[in-house]
Amino acid sequence: MTAVSEQTVAWLAKFTAQKCAEPWVQQLRDEGFRRFAELGFPTTKNEEWRFTNVAPIARADIAPLFGAGKIPQEAQAQLAKHASIDRNAFVALNTAFLNDVVFFQVPRGEVRAEPIRISFQSAAGASPLQVTNARSLVVVGPDAHCTIIETYEGTGKYFTNAVTEIVVGDGAVVDHYKVQRESTEAFHVATMQVTLGRSANFSSHSIALGGALVRNDANATLSEGTEATLNGLYVVNGRQHIDNHTQIDHAKPHGTSHELYKGILDGHATAVFNGRIVVRKDAQKTDSKQTNKNLVLSGEAVINTKPELQILADDVRCTHGATIGQLDEESMFYMRSRGIGREQARSLLTYAFAQDILDRIKAPALKEHLGKVLFEKFHEHGG
Amino acid sequence: MALLEIKDLHATVGEREILKGIDLTVNAGEVHAIMGPNGSGKSTLAQVLAGRELYQVTRGQVLYDGKDLLAMAPEDRAREGIFLAFQYPVEIPGVSNMYFLKAALNTIRKNKSLPELDAMDFLNLVREKMKLMDMEQALLNRPVNTGFSGGEKKRNEIFQMAVLEPRLAILDETDSGLDIDALRTVAGGVNALRGAERSMIVVTHYQRLLNYIVPDFVHVLSEGRIVKSGGKELALQLEESGYAGLGIEDEEEAVGKR
Repeated sequence: MTAVSEQTVAWLAKFTAQKCAEPWVQQLRDEGFRRFAELGFPTTKNEEWRFTNVAPIARADIAPLFGAGKIPQEAQAQLAKHASIDRNAFVALNTAFLNDVVFFQVPRGEVRAEPIRISFQSAAGASPLQVTNARSLVVVGPDAHCTIIETYEGTGKYFTNAVTEIVVGDGAVVDHYKVQRESTEAFHVATMQVTLGRSANFSSHSIALGGALVRNDANATLSEGTEATLNGLYVVNGRQHIDNHTQIDHAKPHGTSHELYKGILDGHATAVFNGRIVVRKDAQKTDSKQTNKNLVLSGEAVINTKPELQILADDVRCTHGATIGQLDEESMFYMRSRGIGREQARSLLTYAFAQDILDRIKAPALKEHLGKVLFEKFHEHGG
Repeated sequence: MALLEIKDLHATVGEREILKGIDLTVNAGEVHAIMGPNGSGKSTLAQVLAGRELYQVTRGQVLYDGKDLLAMAPEDRAREGIFLAFQYPVEIPGVSNMYFLKAALNTIRKNKSLPELDAMDFLNLVREKMKLMDMEQALLNRPVNTGFSGGEKKRNEIFQMAVLEPRLAILDETDSGLDIDALRTVAGGVNALRGAERSMIVVTHYQRLLNYIVPDFVHVLSEGRIVKSGGKELALQLEESGYAGLGIEDEEEAVGKR
């Protein structure tokens, strides 16, 4: 038996142990598992996973957690219609274990003042690796406004396999945040799949601070006149590894997309940024900008950054840029020449690098909270 | 005892020797002007005194208040009362001017065993000093030097000096890039800080600044050495005859005075 089939056999036992679901759910599960069994866990030979080795997850003795199995009927129309199981084994696996779905629906034209909060708390169990297949679906009606805040936290060693589908109606405005503060021993693999209607406005900020092994796929498909922003901040230290793959699919004309991902790497941490932008043949007048900036604080940290542009239309504007740098020596000297110690100067400049992303956060309470969290994080080494 | 004693100071950047044996003594309360053409080593001297690690001191000694200055980290020099007003103040986006200055002042106060200032006391102190420099209080909430005009940056340097109250202030080409009104404001701020317990080293290419900040001594630097020292009248003499009058080449004068 090959390693791949051994791994899927272990999952098959867990899969069949699930309580039966309603036929439409069971069908999704079956399709998910079948695809997972075909794909197996990706290896570093797969270009999409070249720098992220998921062997620690694939080899683990696993214990999936089953929820109460409550999936609202209203979710049926959209659930698993956006996050495709075809190419991503983790999405397929998540779909195979559809049990609980966090489901929100914002009716047409409603302006929702209070943020939609999606929160997953995990903790290590006994020896097998506890797996949470976190699944969320938010359907925002045309011309509605809302804020979504996803939070992932936990203690000890566990595996969160998350899939979030967000469907945004024509003319709707959605402000999305993902705050990932998993434990530094945890595995976190997540796909966010966003489908945007005509003239919709969607912005997302992914703040990733935790996890030992993290992979985020943030994908958005735009329609005509859609405006999408995908921003991110990742802060890694020790032996943390984080991989951010984004895909912005300009399927229709007159779409605008902005992307700014900033990374702070210290210790022996490694990070990946892969930003794919697809401009389809009839997506004329697309305006797209992608930037990835990295601050590397130690000689041992490694960043792999790559833009991936597939442009099939001819009347478009697409720009991209990536930088990798250290703390500015002149700024360090300026601060020290005023009496500020080396460690404090380093912390302040690191915080300043992250500030750029914090400034773009519109939800006031979250902004303040993250400001404090980051300030403390950067000052924990001295000051 | 002298506040600062520089003895046979040599410094290099990479392979190139820039300071080739500087001797200078500054007593408490004295204002020394260091003049010289571009490339003579004026700014290097200022930066070496503040502890810039870009330069390597290869020979010589600097005593500050009797202590070995060259063995001290830049932040320790600042805490002991050395202040460098930068020729090109550094922009630091993301760090507010207020936070920066409060952190600086409190580390210096801590070093003097004084209690840290709270936000209210600090604000009262800086308000008073901002008036002195004719600065808008809004600048406090902006990131350090970011988006400041050239004049605002230079005023911000002297404002910081007014707040931090150093014992030895080193002004590196504080006049460069200033129009005459801004120059008067900056010089007025500097003069208000003169005192029996505060020494200054004023580095400048042009005599103009010294009409407003009148030095006790003037030293002319050429090719990494002090070639002439005198009173304030030496600056006037330079104004008339140029560096060429002392037999010093100045590439800027060759293309005409600014």
